[in-house]
Amino acid sequence: MVIIKISPLLDNTKARDKKNKLFRAFVIAMSFITVIPIILIIGKIIINGIGQINFNFFVQTSPDSLQAMTAIATNKVIPGGIANGITGTFLIVLMASVMAVPLGMMIGIYLYENQGRRYTNLIRNTSEILQGVPSIVLGIISYLWVVRNVTKGFSAFGGSVALSIMMLPLIIKSTEETMKMIPNEIKEAAFAMGAPYHKIILKVLIPTGLSGLSTGILLSLSRILGETAPLMMTALGSSIINFNVTKPTSAVPLLIWEFYNDPNMVNLVWSSALFLTVLVLTLNVLSRRIAAKIKIGIKK
Amino acid sequence: MIETLTNIENPILKVRNLSIAYETDRSAVKDINIDIESKAITAIMGPSGCGKSTLLRAFNRLHELYPYIKTTGKIYLNEREIHEMSTVELRRKIGMVFQRPNPFPTMSIYDNVIAGYKLNGIKLVRSEYDSIVENALINVTLWDEVKDSLFKKGTFLSGGQQQRLCIARTIAFNPEVLLLDEPTSALDPVATASIEDLLVSLKKDYTILLVTHNMAQAARISDNSIFMFMGELVEYGKTETMFTNPKDPRTEGYLTGKFG
Repeated sequence: MVIIKISPLLDNTKARDKKNKLFRAFVIAMSFITVIPIILIIGKIIINGIGQINFNFFVQTSPDSLQAMTAIATNKVIPGGIANGITGTFLIVLMASVMAVPLGMMIGIYLYENQGRRYTNLIRNTSEILQGVPSIVLGIISYLWVVRNVTKGFSAFGGSVALSIMMLPLIIKSTEETMKMIPNEIKEAAFAMGAPYHKIILKVLIPTGLSGLSTGILLSLSRILGETAPLMMTALGSSIINFNVTKPTSAVPLLIWEFYNDPNMVNLVWSSALFLTVLVLTLNVLSRRIAAKIKIGIKK
Repeated sequence: MIETLTNIENPILKVRNLSIAYETDRSAVKDINIDIESKAITAIMGPSGCGKSTLLRAFNRLHELYPYIKTTGKIYLNEREIHEMSTVELRRKIGMVFQRPNPFPTMSIYDNVIAGYKLNGIKLVRSEYDSIVENALINVTLWDEVKDSLFKKGTFLSGGQQQRLCIARTIAFNPEVLLLDEPTSALDPVATASIEDLLVSLKKDYTILLVTHNMAQAARISDNSIFMFMGELVEYGKTETMFTNPKDPRTEGYLTGKFG
């Protein structure tokens, strides 16, 4: 055996160690710089928005300009709240999910079951293109399809259609990825019992992948909650609480836009923004918690 | 000529000219002709990639899950061609246990045992389910360990317990044949010993086909052994005879540890 000796000149352990430490400090500094804007944004929203958050904020509809102006002139908190926006958002998002979740899950399972086929790849690519379509374009499409031809006027349903098209690719993708994570043995075990195909999907695959599926749904919800542009062309907005899906309906992001256009309501912009941010963040954190808590598959 | 032990009386399974190919022109299993003895343990052994699992999975037509796998030839279960039976009927008669324990992760121990009934939409009254679960778990010697936690998730059990649960799940359907694909390869020696004891005790009621690449295991518990090599059946005979007096040099080479 040949023993390789390292000459003292080549032994640069100390220099390498120094470089390593330098690089480490650099990376930490950079990551800190990235976090700063996030902290600044959230801090600003909280500081400016918290003053308007009270009970009425959640249960009353948005005030008109005059009420706001009087309140500001007398140094009071602006009366009213965003109840019309909260209920509208709830209505529109719920209806969008009812349409997009089952359809997206079915497509996702189909893609998973038929890997490598040309038709599968076509569907998957189309869905990815759909994900890249700007949301305002989906608003225009929904305006043409639904607002002009189905509800004959601005409506919550039109907004739901636009948002459900936005949700579809996200649900499809997360369903397919979740299904891929389920060990093949589980599926084979069900097949080896002679179970019919639809039972395997409904009673084995979907329950097994439930955590992944719900994570995908929650993430897609948080993605569409803040959408404004497609709703401007479809749901339009409303100053009253409305549960009729064929009528114009408000939503929190729409209200933020309206408040922004009224110099008397600036304070409400911040508190609505705070509400929306907290909602989206909660959904995000929740989906992460679910994903981390329930692991798919077999104990190893 | 290859010994195929086709002189078994009243074989439960008959395999005729069975070939299985993953790709065209490349057979994983080549022209197998065997009869399987009823109520006995038949071990299928051989080095990795010899086609033993592929052969086993042909018995309950699991290959049909993958359209690119081509199976030719005939398999008779009690004189009936299995490809002419419905998969529901066939898989009810031929149950399978896999290499890694795979209880359904969302189901409780109780639900796992009756999963075959639930997945096939067979409705029974509660007391019938109860007795099926109890009997199946007693048969796999798991009852005493889990009787107080029947409604906990099956995935909380140890590996050996999970594998016994999977066997219980299969025999709960009262099949005629049990297929086991290296059921102990993911388990520790103690769990392996308990599964082996279990298989020996189950053989009075079931015909067992056991794939293993553990020669010692085949020697310990099987009545008949099949030795496969490169997709071919090399030797088939009584386990005792094969281990003491192998006829084919390849069998001898494998059993003496020259390869595999």
